Order: sequence, then structure tokens, then C-alpha cells
Amino acid sequence: MNADEHEHDEAPRAPVPPAHEQPVTVSTARHLSRRRFLGAAASGVGLAAVGSVSGALISRSAHSAAAPARAATGAVTGSSATHQWAMVIDLRYCNGCKACTTACERYHYLHEDQTWIHVFTMQSASGEQYFMPRPCMMCEDPACVPVCPVSANFRTEEGLVLVTQQRCVGTRICMNACPYQARYFNWSAPVPAPRQPFPQEPAWPVPQVEGTVGKCVFCAAMLPSGRIPECASYCPMGVIYMGDLESDVAVNGIGNTVTLSKFLTENTAIRFKTTFGTHPRVWYITGHGQTLDTDKEVA
Amino acid sequence: MSSRVESLRPAEGVWHSAVLEPAEETTGTEEPPPAIEMVRFAAMRPVLFRPKWFWPAVGALSVVVALGFAAWVVQLRTGLGAAGYNDQAFWAIYEANLVTFIGVSYGGAVVSAILRITKTTWRAPLTRIAEATALVTLPIGMLFIIPHLGSSWKLWELIWPPYWNLSSPILWDFFAVSTYLLATCVFFYLPLVADLAIGAERLARLQTSPRRKLLYRAYRLLAGSYDGSLSQRRLLAGAIGLVAIMVIPMAVSVHSVLSFAFASSSRPGYLETIFPVYFVVAALYSGVALVVVVVAAARRLFHLEAFIERRHLVRLGFIMVALGAAYLYLTFTEYLIDSYSNTTGNAAWVYQTVLGRYWMPFWFYFVAGGVVPILVFMFRRTRNATGVVTAAALVLAAMWVKRLVIVIPPATEPLVRSPFGPTGALGLGWGTYHFTWVSISITVAMAAAIPLLLLIVFRFVPILPVAEMEELAAAAERGTTTTATVAAGPVVRPRAGNEALAGARDHAETQGDDDDE
Repeated sequence: MNADEHEHDEAPRAPVPPAHEQPVTVSTARHLSRRRFLGAAASGVGLAAVGSVSGALISRSAHSAAAPARAATGAVTGSSATHQWAMVIDLRYCNGCKACTTACERYHYLHEDQTWIHVFTMQSASGEQYFMPRPCMMCEDPACVPVCPVSANFRTEEGLVLVTQQRCVGTRICMNACPYQARYFNWSAPVPAPRQPFPQEPAWPVPQVEGTVGKCVFCAAMLPSGRIPECASYCPMGVIYMGDLESDVAVNGIGNTVTLSKFLTENTAIRFKTTFGTHPRVWYITGHGQTLDTDKEVA
Repeated sequence: MSSRVESLRPAEGVWHSAVLEPAEETTGTEEPPPAIEMVRFAAMRPVLFRPKWFWPAVGALSVVVALGFAAWVVQLRTGLGAAGYNDQAFWAIYEANLVTFIGVSYGGAVVSAILRITKTTWRAPLTRIAEATALVTLPIGMLFIIPHLGSSWKLWELIWPPYWNLSSPILWDFFAVSTYLLATCVFFYLPLVADLAIGAERLARLQTSPRRKLLYRAYRLLAGSYDGSLSQRRLLAGAIGLVAIMVIPMAVSVHSVLSFAFASSSRPGYLETIFPVYFVVAALYSGVALVVVVVAAARRLFHLEAFIERRHLVRLGFIMVALGAAYLYLTFTEYLIDSYSNTTGNAAWVYQTVLGRYWMPFWFYFVAGGVVPILVFMFRRTRNATGVVTAAALVLAAMWVKRLVIVIPPATEPLVRSPFGPTGALGLGWGTYHFTWVSISITVAMAAAIPLLLLIVFRFVPILPVAEMEELAAAAERGTTTTATVAAGPVVRPRAGNEALAGARDHAETQGDDDDE
């Protein structure tokens, strides 16, 4: 009996319903989400006279609760900020060259094993290999944020989950919490970086700080000036699209511009591990029989 | 309670109530009867007279601790990677050590608090040793937070309220463990007050060296104005009872909250509702095992054979084996149910632990920490002090290994993997934790710190809870205790060993200034 065989045995997922039956849902799951559960639990704790604990949790749930719906896609973006960053990864064209990983590591001065965008080699139901780049999922309900004892993790109004490395003490409980293994610790001295144009900050974590956690930041410091992240720029296949849910546009590195909501709907984009209730801001477009660990919620 | 205390009290100003008859013309500083005197002497003996092996033992243990400290400095300079960690084994040895070392401090809570509340009289000679073990191991366990943190130098942020994120289980750990440490200190000190007063009486007569003079002052200071009067005794007994009751839920909360740090995640193998119970039982189990080992060692090293008998070890062993069986049952439950979960993550984790890459440590726990203690108690031939101590030592090792088995396999499990195709070959394979000399040195150093600190503690405080033993002995004399106690015999029994002890006392006390025995 081998555990690995379980994975062979796993029944193929139910076929994905046609795109027109499934509206794009960006944020709010209608079932009991972790956020709602925690909010409710927090209220209970609050009643039990631990006011501060509940306050922390409730303020966290309120953080992205005010959500103006966008009529065009039915998307709920969670904030009134001008941008709501999102990423689309078109697995149909990924050839596993790892140019994204290399570009990211070079740009952020990372060690070779700090693959903030990691290209996983996967196998489809029909036995074919495919590749799956995995950046930080920039979850709308991130599991890493509530567990940090020193509040080093936070989510911006624009939907980016970032780490204050000056604050991080290195408990690594966020690495435990993240269902995507998207967090990388600085186990030794970081790669030395030349003098940077900006001070080291959550949106510009260069150089990395020893003894703290780092992760993909969607190249947050470049986004306001209209530049797409390094991984998207350097992808020769145009796999990685950087998008904005507010302006409903996504762009890849080879000059394709798409209407984000239409692109997602037409290509039956899915999100990774939606059963965890994290509501990632990264969509995957499959098309070669690839199956992600996704049970439901097809965009 | 109060009537019991009252009846124990023979005369005002007399420390010793025990087997003492309310003698006709007791003036308060009379020489107590031989049995009581022997207890008092034996309790103060390690304080008054340094055993020959003391400095060599302290030296050797200090060297080990110093090596660990050096290893920690190396880790500080080169980063946490020096301890063998990597992104796919982000939690490993230090987290297991944190749980193990805080866990073994539970022996004090069981032996002292639970047996006190249940009025189990045979506990008497063991309580000080058990409480001291808790007092020593808990801070050592807490110290593992330092090497555990990637940026140890930012430790202060954890106690800096503006940074607190109250939804973080790690912060709950911090609060729970700190509170428990405070309670442990109080629980160590309160029963000590009466003994310090009694000890000061002896030290007053033996102020032959600066050390003893200093000790005398310290004893008088810490004993406060305790003079053994009825109201004081009543107050003290009430306080000890209250703290004993408070220590138990605190102990339960500490390990529950420690388990939350693991369980409050979506990771297969950590996301287990059984974890709080599982952790608490494991802590009690290993805690009693440590008390067995420490009591056995102290009995031999400090010549306490007349007071701590083999039956004490066997009785502790019964508690230990009952907890061990409970823990085995919880392990079985967890593994069985997870293996039926039919999700890739859980089934893979159980498979890798029981039959896969972690089979060796798991089966070591199963044999040494699960089966052997039960077998030892199953047969009359092995159900003795030697058997119990051997089993307890095995349990300590096995429970450390078991904590590694709890912490490491889920941390190394790949979470991003191909839904089809073999794990390992595709997707992200299983991570591996490599033990390094740095992490092993720090662990060994912390383990060596336990006997080191215990030796130091017993050079300063009476090793036997004299007042408690005397009261229980007096109760036994009057026949006011339970039938179980009577069956067990009085706690202070004049025995053959006592003559040897009396000889030692006469020899030692006539040595004058010489602090060495």
C-alpha cells in the first residue's frame, strides 16, 4: 500500500461547466467562509469578555468586507482603491522554461532556492506533463495574516499581501499557514544587493532581511508606474498576465492586452485550492486536461 | 481542614508537630524526636554539605551547556539554516524541543498539585523534587523560543504590545506559558516557606562559614515572619491548596495553546482537533517520566533512601503507565482517522509517518514509549523500581522523538502537488530536515541544563518538604488519614537507613567549618 497510489486512484474531477453558466466571482463565496466564521467566532469570544481579541479579529474581517460590486463582472473587489491587482497564468502556453523564476530572483536578489514564483512540474489525468508557475496567490482572505504574532503580515487596499520584514521575528507560523507554500525564509545572509533606488520596505523587499520571511510581492513597487512584474515581463510565452480588476484589463509580457473579466470567463479560468476559502487573486487558465487541486468555484 | 491543622498543633512556637507528642515542658527549641530530626537533617544535608561529586558534576554539565551556547552563537552569526532548517522543513527540532521541555515540567503539576488535591499522602517526600523539576524545566523550555526565532534579537517585539496581533496562536502561547511560569514559581515557593523557617533554625546553629551565614539570612528573609503559628499554618495551607487547584487548569491551557500554534492551520497532520488533548496527555506522560528519573537520581545521590522508597517510584510508574496508555490510544485514534480521511494530504502524511520515510522514529516511539512501559507493568518480575526507572528513561527519549514525529512530517509534506502522478517525482517532493551539530548541541545543552540547575537548586533549598512530611506523619499517627494512607504506612518511618543517616549527621555536624562532606 503506497500513499502515492491514492493519488492515482483519485477520481477525475467533475467536468467544468460551460463558461456562460458560471459568472466570474472574484471575491465573495456565498458559503461559510473562514472570514465569516472567524468573525462570528470573534464575536463569541468578545462576549466572553476578551474584548481585545475579538476587536482584533473583527477589525480584520471588516478590513475587506465593504465591497462595492462591479457590475461588469459581478466581481467584488473588497475596497475602494483605484487598483485591485490580479494575475492570470495561462497554463496552456507554459513550457516550463523558468524564465519567470530566474527574472524574479535576479530582480529581488534572491538565493536560488528562494523561488518566489516556483514552476511546478505536474502531471495531468491523461499522464502528460505540464507546468504550473506559482507566485504568491495574494489571497483576499489570507491565512498568513492572522497568525503572525507581531502583525508583520498585512493586506493592502489594493489587494496585495505584504510582509514588513523589519517587523518579522521569524516564527515561521505564516509558512505553516500558507496552503500554497509560497513563503520563503531567509535561512542565511541574503544575496548582497547594490544600493537601491528605494529604501527597503514591504513593497520593495530588496535586499531581503536575514531571519525573516519573504515572498512574492507582485513587484508591488513597479505597479503604480504601470510596469508589469518581472516574471510577466520575462515570460517568452506570454503566460503571465498582470491585471487590474478595477480597470478590468490584463497585460502580458509579449504585448497582449485583454479584457480581464472576458478573458477569465471565456477561458474558464480557475483558482487554486478554492476549498481553503482563501480567495486567491491569481487565476489559472487550463486547457490541456490540467487539473489543479480545485473542487469548485470555477470562474 | 482547619480542624485538622488545629489538631496538629501541639504547642505555640514549636515547629515540629509531627510525631511529637505535645510534650510536657516544650519550650519551642527542643531537639525533635529522632525520626523528625532525621527528615530535617536529610532535607538540609545537600544544602549544608557539598557532596564530593558536586563540582565535577557541575563542571561537566556546564561544559555541555557552554558548548550549546557556542553553537547558538554560531547559529546567530550564520542564520537559522545552520540548524538544518529549510523552506520545506520550516519547523523541526526547536519546536519539538519547545513542546518537549515545557511538557516535562508537567510532572510537577501532577505529583504535587493533583496528588495534593486528591490527598494522596505518599506524595509527601516527592513534592519538592517534583516542583523543583517543574521550576527548572519550564524556563528551559521557554528558552527554546530564542533559537526557534529566525531573528532572536527581535524577541522584544513579542512583549511589545503595539505589535501584538491577538489573533496569533504564538502570542497566546506566550501569555499562557508566562502565566504558568509565574504560577510554577509561586507553587514552588509557598510550600517552601515553612521549610525555610525550619531550615533557618538549623542554620542558626551551624553558622560556621560565610556561605551558611548568607544562607541563614536568605532563609530568614524568604521565610518572612513565619513562625509556625496556627493562623499562619492555616493561611499557608489554604494558599497552597488554592494555588494547587489553579495550577492544574493552567497546565492544561499551556499545552492546549501550544498545540493551537500547530493546529490552527490548514496543513494536513497539524489540522487536528485532537491536538490539544493529545499535547496535554503527552506532557503529563513525559512529565511524570522525568519526575521518576529525577526522584530516582536524587534518592541515590542525596541519600534519601530512608524517605523515598522503591514503592514511591513504582507508584509514580503506575501513573506514568496509565498516561502512556492514554497517549497510545490518542495516537492510534489520530492516525487511524487521518488514514481514512481519503484526502491526499492526510493519507500521505500517515503513510509517510508509519511506513514511509519517518517509520523509524515513529516505531521507536511506539516500542519505547508505548509498548515497553505497559509490558514493564504487566509482569510482576519487572514491576519494580529498576523496571520503572528504565521505562521512564525510555519514555523520555521516546516522547522527544514522538514530538519530532509530530512536528517534522507535516512540515515537510508538499502542499502543491500534482493531483495525478506520483508525489515526489512531480510537483514538489517531500522536504527533509537534516540534524546539524548546531541544533543537536543546543538541544543537548538544554537537556544538560536540567540536572545542572537541579543540582544548584538543591544546594540552596531543602530537598524534602519537611513541614509537609511532618504533618502527614502526624496525621498518620493520629489515624486521621484515609485507609489508603494507613496501608501505606507512616511517611516518616524509623528505618535501618536512619542509623546510617544519624551517623552521617553526627559526623558532618562536627566537621565545623568544612563545607565539604
